[in-house]
Amino acid sequence: MRYAMAIDTKKCVGCADCVVACQTENNVPIGYCRDWIVEVTDGTYPQLEIELRSERCNHCDNSPCVRCCPTGASHYEKGGIVVVTHHKCIGCGACIASCPYDARYSHPDGYVDKCTFCIHRIEKGEKPACVAVCPTKCMYFGDLEDPNSEVSIVLKKRKHKTLIPEAGTKPQVYYLI
Amino acid sequence: MAQKRRDFIKISSLSAAGLIFGSQYLRSSVPDFKKKGLGDLGPMSLQRTPTYCEICFWKCAGWVHKNEDGSIKKVVGNDDDTNCNGRLCPRGTGGVGMYYDQDRLKTPLIRVTGADGKQTFREASWDEALDVVAEKMQLIKEKHGAECTALFTHGSGGHYFGNLLKAFGSGNIAAPSYAQCRGPREVAFIATFGAGLDSPEPTDIRDTRCLVLIGSHLGENMHNGQVQEMSDAIDKGAAIITVDPRFSTVASKSKFWLPIKPATDIALLLAWIHEIIYNEWYDKKYVEKHTSGFEQLKEHVKNYTPEWAFGITTIAPDVIRETAREMRDASPAVIIHPGRHVTWYGDDTQRLRAVAILNALLGSWGRRGGFFIPEKLEVPEFPHPPFPKPTKTWRDAMGGKYFLADLALASGVCDATIPSPDLDCSIKAWIVNGTNLIMTLPDQKKTIEAIKNLELLVVVDTMPMEITGFADVVLPECTYLERWDDIRVVHGRNPDIALRMPATEPLYDTKPAYWIAKKLAEKMGLGDYFKWENFEDVLEWQLQQIGSSLEEMKRIGVKNYPRESGPLYFEEDMPVEFGTDSGKIELYSTIIAAEGFDAMPVYTPHMEPPSGFYHLNYGRAPMHTFGRTANNPNLTDLMDENTVWVNPKVAKEWGLKNEQPVYLENQDGVVSDFTIKVRITERIRFDSVYMVHGFGHNNEKLTRSHGRGASDSQLITRVLIDPIMGGTGMRGNFVTFRFEKESEAKS
Repeated sequence: MRYAMAIDTKKCVGCADCVVACQTENNVPIGYCRDWIVEVTDGTYPQLEIELRSERCNHCDNSPCVRCCPTGASHYEKGGIVVVTHHKCIGCGACIASCPYDARYSHPDGYVDKCTFCIHRIEKGEKPACVAVCPTKCMYFGDLEDPNSEVSIVLKKRKHKTLIPEAGTKPQVYYLI
Repeated sequence: MAQKRRDFIKISSLSAAGLIFGSQYLRSSVPDFKKKGLGDLGPMSLQRTPTYCEICFWKCAGWVHKNEDGSIKKVVGNDDDTNCNGRLCPRGTGGVGMYYDQDRLKTPLIRVTGADGKQTFREASWDEALDVVAEKMQLIKEKHGAECTALFTHGSGGHYFGNLLKAFGSGNIAAPSYAQCRGPREVAFIATFGAGLDSPEPTDIRDTRCLVLIGSHLGENMHNGQVQEMSDAIDKGAAIITVDPRFSTVASKSKFWLPIKPATDIALLLAWIHEIIYNEWYDKKYVEKHTSGFEQLKEHVKNYTPEWAFGITTIAPDVIRETAREMRDASPAVIIHPGRHVTWYGDDTQRLRAVAILNALLGSWGRRGGFFIPEKLEVPEFPHPPFPKPTKTWRDAMGGKYFLADLALASGVCDATIPSPDLDCSIKAWIVNGTNLIMTLPDQKKTIEAIKNLELLVVVDTMPMEITGFADVVLPECTYLERWDDIRVVHGRNPDIALRMPATEPLYDTKPAYWIAKKLAEKMGLGDYFKWENFEDVLEWQLQQIGSSLEEMKRIGVKNYPRESGPLYFEEDMPVEFGTDSGKIELYSTIIAAEGFDAMPVYTPHMEPPSGFYHLNYGRAPMHTFGRTANNPNLTDLMDENTVWVNPKVAKEWGLKNEQPVYLENQDGVVSDFTIKVRITERIRFDSVYMVHGFGHNNEKLTRSHGRGASDSQLITRVLIDPIMGGTGMRGNFVTFRFEKESEAKS
């Protein structure tokens, strides 16, 4: 099993519903977030292009954050999901420094926090909160090893990319372009 | 009654309860899983209660989920709801912040004047506050007549306060969502198709092949169902044509972006109509069968060629032709979207008439991928005695104008409050529920002048919006998450209903609008109009009439009903009678002609900005609704101020830097109260600036939004009135940059 997410930049309107849905689902304190929106504008008026992306932890296959964690708090769960066991985390911040995506933050309670792909929802057969709420239905989630999962199907059909592939972390959040 | 009264008062009663509550909130944000480990990440409780959202007018139905301690955790969409299909927008998801906002109004307040002549608010009991309102209303009735009272409303409370006012004897019930927003398109579509669009609009976006958006920034205006369908349409390869001086989000998803010169849309529309008629690209069968006035229209647009429009709009003739062809190719699965906030330049009814005509020529009205035929369930009104007929209304103060307005004009009621030598302007009391008129109506000076002429201003709101500072009595309403409300009835492809029930007891000393209206009615001797014990009894009675029950609705939240009115689209050889005088789609409008206006739209040039000034364009952000969400902690976390968008060329000319705070000054010398940060972007024309509406609040009691960004409302002082229906065009304002506030002292 290999969980992954695909996000359609052609449909995303950058409304940040994924951000607020994650905050309320996961009790992320106000002022912090596990996912966020990036807007990239290219060109000069009137020849312009915008790419909108909802970004989060890439749950990399080769995660520097897991490797550098001194306590084993950052670890892989079933399906390759990278999670932080909060009570094992000493808040040293090594993982924050190691992440090329800046996907982690220091929670005010002293541990490091980040996206879990809503593992508590997946276990119940639900989709991550961001995927479930998105009004443009631009996010797909599922098992890459299952050829019939929506994420496998959409990645087969569409051109896609990952972010900062040169970091060699093998990210598992794909962007449809 | 002292005339110098009514200074702006900052709501000055932050109760201790609020502070305690704030810290509770911080505690509850500490995730419990810290103690329990990962295994318990799931929801603390399986409790859920149905609601529908009140953060905007779309009214999506959802479920409120709670934490184990009973506090509200989250709101999620109801899968059966046709407005949201289980997906709330960011505002609905963040709606929980409206409940947790510690700046909420917490107790009734009464304006009092101290021995030193200074006015303050005094905290009061509900009984006391409602007594003051009831007594003053009676006094005004005796002195001036019941017709001299008015209600301004936005949202669910309007029904209860509307009934209260009607029972009292007044017909002055106005919502700014008409004359300040969608009114012109309603009049234009009624004139053309004999039917307005209402809300949500019956646009068949999910099946369209071509969606034309004129100044409508779908995706930034988060009209949930439409955004969802637009996404479906993108998936299916529909072509989007976006006409906007700004490269909006949807422009970036469009096949064509037409960066039109502001205020010239009618010229583009006429050229499109010209192309479609003279190339014979219109739906001949449909036009012949359903429309009247085609020959007159053909003659009318004879000279409106793409070359003519190019000189006005700056859109190249070949682009006008190509986009017209794109519409033809998709016809009838094409939507020239009517938009929503359409009060721009004062000729808005005519612009929307051109939109309606274009849709008619392409045969999209009543067709798949165009506009479907909506259906709505009729829910009977809970029995009450008949309302008395008011002897006069705000219309009597309009000097015989705006007969085609099919709803009351909020701006008209405001005008009818300012004494005039020749008109019957005599409104003396306002009840204002859920609308911050200071930011909603253009020309703030005029609104404040009207308020100064009032003998009573009652504000019912959840938040200390600017309007509360002018009130005699402030009545704190509880939020939608803490109350029952009317059954929500959707007008859509299939009728459905939704229930809102309280997820929790109201925080603070706040009450639902229905309770406030009923108590007021009882104190005013109008209790017969609210003859029920509990609001649940009203709902139960109504639900029984339509084959449901409160028990069922509590369980399912949304109930879908089958269509009964017939097919969703016109069928081949189906006779269609339109609600116009002629029974046809009127390309040549007989009712508009009868009122003495152009029967077919004409282009009239609008004023251009003086040197150094720029068109002030404003719009929406997907995470905010007008100014009402600007203090919501969850939503300010996503966006806590607006910026002014400036083209790099303009920035260079002025030496502006990104993020630089500047004041904006308009053509009338009005300077923004606060600075706004510059956003230098290629996404805007050099003759315009852009800002998101709803920021720049000046009430300090709105702690997260006070002084954050600038208020476009404040800068909208030139109002272009639509002579057909009285809409207040707000896009005729120009601004320039100021680095200090000296010009304010000067003016």
